[in-house]
Amino acid sequence: MIRLEDVYKIYQMGENEVRAIDGITLEIRENEMAAIIGQSGSGKSTCMNIIGCLDVPTQGKYFLNGQDVSLMNDDELADFRGKTLGFIFQQYNLIPKLSVLENVELPLIYQGIPEKERIELAVRALEKVGIADKKLNMPSQLSGGQQQRVSIARALVGNPSIILADEPTGALDSRTGREVLEFLQSLNEEGNTIILITHDMGVAEKAKRIIRISDGKIVEDSGHSVPEQIEVKSYERTGSIKGAAAAAFGREGTA
Amino acid sequence: MNFKQSFRLAIKSLKASKMRAFLTMLGIIIGVASVIILVSLMNGLSQDMTSRFESMGTNTITVNVMGRGTNRTLSVDEVEQLVEDNPKYLDQYSPKVSASVTAKYDVNSVDTSVIGVNEYYDDMQSVVVSEGRFIQYIDTLRRLKICVIGTYEATELFGGADPIGETIKLNGSTYTVVGVLEETADSEESSADDVIYVPYTAATRLANSASIGTYYLTAVDTDRIEETMTIIENMMYSVFDDEDAYRVTSMSEMIDTVNEMTASIAMVLVGIAGISLVVGGIGIMNIMLVSVTERTREIGIRKSLGAKKKDIMRQFLIEAATTSSAGGVIGIVLGIGAAYGAGAVMDMTVAPSWNAVAIAFSVSVAIGMIFGYFPANKAAKMNPIDALRYD
Repeated sequence: MIRLEDVYKIYQMGENEVRAIDGITLEIRENEMAAIIGQSGSGKSTCMNIIGCLDVPTQGKYFLNGQDVSLMNDDELADFRGKTLGFIFQQYNLIPKLSVLENVELPLIYQGIPEKERIELAVRALEKVGIADKKLNMPSQLSGGQQQRVSIARALVGNPSIILADEPTGALDSRTGREVLEFLQSLNEEGNTIILITHDMGVAEKAKRIIRISDGKIVEDSGHSVPEQIEVKSYERTGSIKGAAAAAFGREGTA
Repeated sequence: MNFKQSFRLAIKSLKASKMRAFLTMLGIIIGVASVIILVSLMNGLSQDMTSRFESMGTNTITVNVMGRGTNRTLSVDEVEQLVEDNPKYLDQYSPKVSASVTAKYDVNSVDTSVIGVNEYYDDMQSVVVSEGRFIQYIDTLRRLKICVIGTYEATELFGGADPIGETIKLNGSTYTVVGVLEETADSEESSADDVIYVPYTAATRLANSASIGTYYLTAVDTDRIEETMTIIENMMYSVFDDEDAYRVTSMSEMIDTVNEMTASIAMVLVGIAGISLVVGGIGIMNIMLVSVTERTREIGIRKSLGAKKKDIMRQFLIEAATTSSAGGVIGIVLGIGAAYGAGAVMDMTVAPSWNAVAIAFSVSVAIGMIFGYFPANKAAKMNPIDALRYD
């Protein structure tokens, strides 16, 4: 699903060379819940940007769902992001002048999905995070936890292959933060691939796999949390929200 | 993201900050409104003048005899002969002798102009007599001292009394009033209602000139006015042997000249007004740049959710175009309103041109697009990582 092959991200700062990512090779399989942990400046954000197709490596290859992302241009990246990734940010990053529903609709708008279907999918995603009754509210009328739920709904709505959560609990009190993490865990149990980026070990521990980054290198990896067999099976159903779980139960016909 | 959504979003952000949106639009509003006002008034003016000239007959040809350097003049008989010789081209003619006079009745007096004409004149120039009669052939033949007066004279000299049959003094000579003209311009001084017609034979005495300087001729066919003029010019040349001694002009030529003049004045004025459209465009660019900076984070979010360059570009371009076209619409409405207001106050005809309205609207949209392009491009080119991190 995700494969980074000897990836470098090197910034040229005048005379100095800054190696934000200094040779990372990493594989994350479908259905995993992995946490990338590191101090600030460790390169975890750059790592997330590359995994999130917001940035391309200066060296090395990045395959996402078998496609070589490192060769894509800006627009191809944008398109790819919209279809395969769902972002959850620390600051929720909802657009303040759009209603909750409109915020959740956004990824679908850029994929060119017709309005009726879009609203249906958005409402369903909001129901999933238990906040459909607030769909006409503005983000500012919601609490932090509720806003983060909306942003999770937005990340889910396009049925992405991977959900990328950048410090999802950073702005929340510990109880709400725990709720959000539990929700992410349950999403993972339903078959979603989730990557958490955090500096907080307490948060990282909720993931089945912990990848520690320091100075642009992987210094610790607890190893794959999903056995090989399931991964192979689920490749046949790339891109489904419910992924392997649905396939295992045989509820949806394509498997 | 399609056009409809971008448009809805643009409306939303305009509504979200009404004051700012209004101030942004103000330049466009003023620009469009002033263009519309100027075009409407100039159009009205041009229509007014055209219809005034047209009422004198588009088939009218004027012959002015300057007789410079020669003693030769053009006699009425010669003109009559010319008309008789060219029945296919020329219909009627009338001499025109103008003089300034003081008209007196009892103790009332007015300074006015007398025009000496013949019996065809009323027909040629659509002069309508409301009471009594116009000048007739016999009057000119016998040099009768009769006159037809305008409503201004009728009011000023006679008050409410019936002028027909009364005598007035024109520069001291006694004239009998035989007709009163129909009111055409509210009986105001120096208007079309301030005039006295007399037989041209009598007018030469009032003008202290034996020769007749101006003739009106009517062409049979307006479409052949050029040929008709050539015939007259040929005759004139044969008489004077000098092109500078006479001038032949047609009413339609004059209408064209007037229209050209008003059009070029309008162009200059509209050009000046157009400058404020450009200033308005710069205002839009300015605000759009601010708006792009303010919404850097939003742009980052949108990009992270899959927005391509062209999606962001379109969003900001449509917002700029919506702002300026909203300004355009307000400007058009205000402009038409103000034009009618000004027209009523200044007593001018107002003729808003729908072409001008359409052009003003498209120009305002275009200005939004042109001046919105730079900010939109700036937004589209933003790096999503930096944009997401922006506070």
